[in-house]
Amino acid sequence: MALRAGFTFVKLNSLRQATRLLSTHTRPDVCQNGGISEFPGAKAPYVNEIKFLNENSYDPIPIYRVMDSNGRVIDSREEPNIDKEILINMYKNMIQLNQMDKILYESQRQGRISFYMTNYGEEGIHMGSAAALSPRDLVFAQYREVGVLLHRGITVSELVNQCYGNCEDPGKGRQMPVHYGSKQHNIVTISSPLATQLPQAVGAAYALKRMPNNDRCVICYFGEGAASEGDAHAAFNFAATLDCPIILMCRNNGYAISTPSCEQYKGDGIAARGPAFGLHTIRVDGTDTLAVYRAVTSARELALSNKPVLVEAMSYRVGHHSTSDDSSAYRSVDEIQKWAKDESPVHKLRLYLEGKGYWDAEVETQFVKEARDTVVRAMQDAEKKKLPHWKEMLEDVYYDMPPKLQKQMKQMEKHLEKYSEHYPLNKYLNE
Amino acid sequence: MASLLTQKSLVIGKLTKYVNDCAKRLSSHFIYYPDNEKPISGETTKMNMMQAINNAMDITLRDDPTAVLFGEDVGFGGVFRCALGLQDKYGKDRVFNTPLCEQGIAGFGIGLATAGATAIAEIQFADYIFPAFDQLVNEAAKARYRSGGQFDCGALTVRAPCGAVGHGGLYHSQSPEAYFAHTPGLRVVVPRGPIAAKGLLLACIRERDPCIFLEPKILYRSATEEVPVDDYTLPLGKAQVLREGTSATLVSWGTQVHVLLEVAQLAEDQLGVTVDVIDLQSILPWDEETVCNSVKKTGRCLISHEAPLTCGFGAELAATVQEECFLHLEAPVCRVSGWDTPFPHVFEPFYLPDRWRCYEQLVKLLNY
Repeated sequence: MALRAGFTFVKLNSLRQATRLLSTHTRPDVCQNGGISEFPGAKAPYVNEIKFLNENSYDPIPIYRVMDSNGRVIDSREEPNIDKEILINMYKNMIQLNQMDKILYESQRQGRISFYMTNYGEEGIHMGSAAALSPRDLVFAQYREVGVLLHRGITVSELVNQCYGNCEDPGKGRQMPVHYGSKQHNIVTISSPLATQLPQAVGAAYALKRMPNNDRCVICYFGEGAASEGDAHAAFNFAATLDCPIILMCRNNGYAISTPSCEQYKGDGIAARGPAFGLHTIRVDGTDTLAVYRAVTSARELALSNKPVLVEAMSYRVGHHSTSDDSSAYRSVDEIQKWAKDESPVHKLRLYLEGKGYWDAEVETQFVKEARDTVVRAMQDAEKKKLPHWKEMLEDVYYDMPPKLQKQMKQMEKHLEKYSEHYPLNKYLNE
Repeated sequence: MASLLTQKSLVIGKLTKYVNDCAKRLSSHFIYYPDNEKPISGETTKMNMMQAINNAMDITLRDDPTAVLFGEDVGFGGVFRCALGLQDKYGKDRVFNTPLCEQGIAGFGIGLATAGATAIAEIQFADYIFPAFDQLVNEAAKARYRSGGQFDCGALTVRAPCGAVGHGGLYHSQSPEAYFAHTPGLRVVVPRGPIAAKGLLLACIRERDPCIFLEPKILYRSATEEVPVDDYTLPLGKAQVLREGTSATLVSWGTQVHVLLEVAQLAEDQLGVTVDVIDLQSILPWDEETVCNSVKKTGRCLISHEAPLTCGFGAELAATVQEECFLHLEAPVCRVSGWDTPFPHVFEPFYLPDRWRCYEQLVKLLNY
């Protein structure tokens, strides 16, 4: 018996040795006869050699790709099977998004809206992920995910109304531009504090999990900068320990305003943190819409079996951080150009579509013009609309307005009766 | 041998004195005044505040299938036993431990509520609610407002044990209500005993606004009442007049209500004066009407709370009272509170606004 046990041990050990040889991991040699420890905090073998691990102890997590820079599929087995209509729609939404960004950015420069943030360079992440989800999946976004909203069918007019804060804005003009949200489209309203949406998304996923016959998951978008917040740590850990149906979707675009990612973290990006929390993890080329689509499709399957997934989509923030930022103050124009031209997700998807015979230069010109007109028309309409009634300022703080707030409303009402000429009342709805 | 015996008895004597001193030091700074009136008729059971809270959560989990209860160490019943037996009764997916992370607990709760579940989150001590401050102030409080009413987390209730406990030192004694009182969109509630705790907690859980429910931890076991077994709620935003009088209005919440009830009795016995004692119950939004009506009647107002003086919630009450009752006031509004220091360990008896400090101020107020 002892002999057999000994034999099994040798066999197991040689197997372990072989696995180690095959694996890309470099780990300290496990001591021969130490066995597995019984500490409750970790299931691990003993070693009797001192060795610290660092960011170089593991190979970098590779970046999953389907297409090359010329929109050619690298391995045909990996090509996703997306309907022609959907593919064209994804591309059209990219163009629409680009046109909207261009015009609204300019309109902020002209002082017509107070603030704006563009989405340049990250369109592939939006379209690839949005197309892989069910429209009933709940979206928690950071702010640079407008493509997802377009994919869900939110119109340019609705987005523009929010930026103007006019009476058609479902948010009633209370938040800064680009803080979109739509209950009807299952997109939770965006807020400025970074990463706060992460643990919230996990909680929402837990609520979905508990619903009978759940077929919905949650996707939560965030940047690599936001991933440094404590809330990101909380979310990763809660998602894993509470087995939540969630896709944690990191847009790693290399910058958090002016801070390059090398000053944001020292490890292997955000993806490397996933396995440490017990999350299923993948790193994907965010400029490759098809790769994002494939990754999120598979991630969604895992999520629906209550296995939370972390997806790190690598990209480059081609535009300025926001209209309040001039990014040439901290990075070179050459660097931007490389990503804007050679690795553009829009360009790659266009080449892919052209390769399939779904798209050509003529349609492109025509659609760009159409997309531009849509935005210009939406802006003209939005500008004509009145802002919400000033009383909306005091509504929705609580479900019912408390007496103190009612009193403050009356106070303001009386004040406006006397001093109305000092306020821009004509811009606002009047009853 | 004899000297050894003497030495021994000396040691024992010293020890006894030490133990007695400790007991004196740890002795409660208040007498508990149980509620005599029942909010509803029907069967009652003797419960302490911990059991009343447990009962409220039991009713919620029983009647609302979406309701979940979570936090640090909630699974085995919680460090104060408020969740005792609930995991066994309702399952691990409804009553569960979270990782040790307050911002995560608050954020997770907001998400649950956003997606339509009833979320009862526990922060182990109110002293540790500050890591969740951002989630509560920037997110929970503003969710409905910023989305134009499209989304909200009204189904979120955050429970946290608060207040002095005799020996809690800096981080097991705080009363953070004033920090949250400055946040439109939140409801902040503090009960004074088991009957109030059950009714107010059930109201918080069902209220369509996010609520912070601060439970004076010293009352968990020391406060016992005949609590109605059936479901009932007490109105939020409403104060309760516990004792009526003519000479002054005393306002507080939580444990301090009992200190003021004793001071009121002292005043009657020693000075022959009667006073109104008001339990504010809801810190935000608070019941201006009840407090101001009382002050208009009595002409004098004393506010007391355990939290530090500067910018404590007493300041808001005092400012409102002087604004609304200016012509009725016979003396400046008086505040008796914790000092403007962190909450100390061995100095707790000198830190707290106990019966004698409150009594002294009341005498001054009456003689002004």
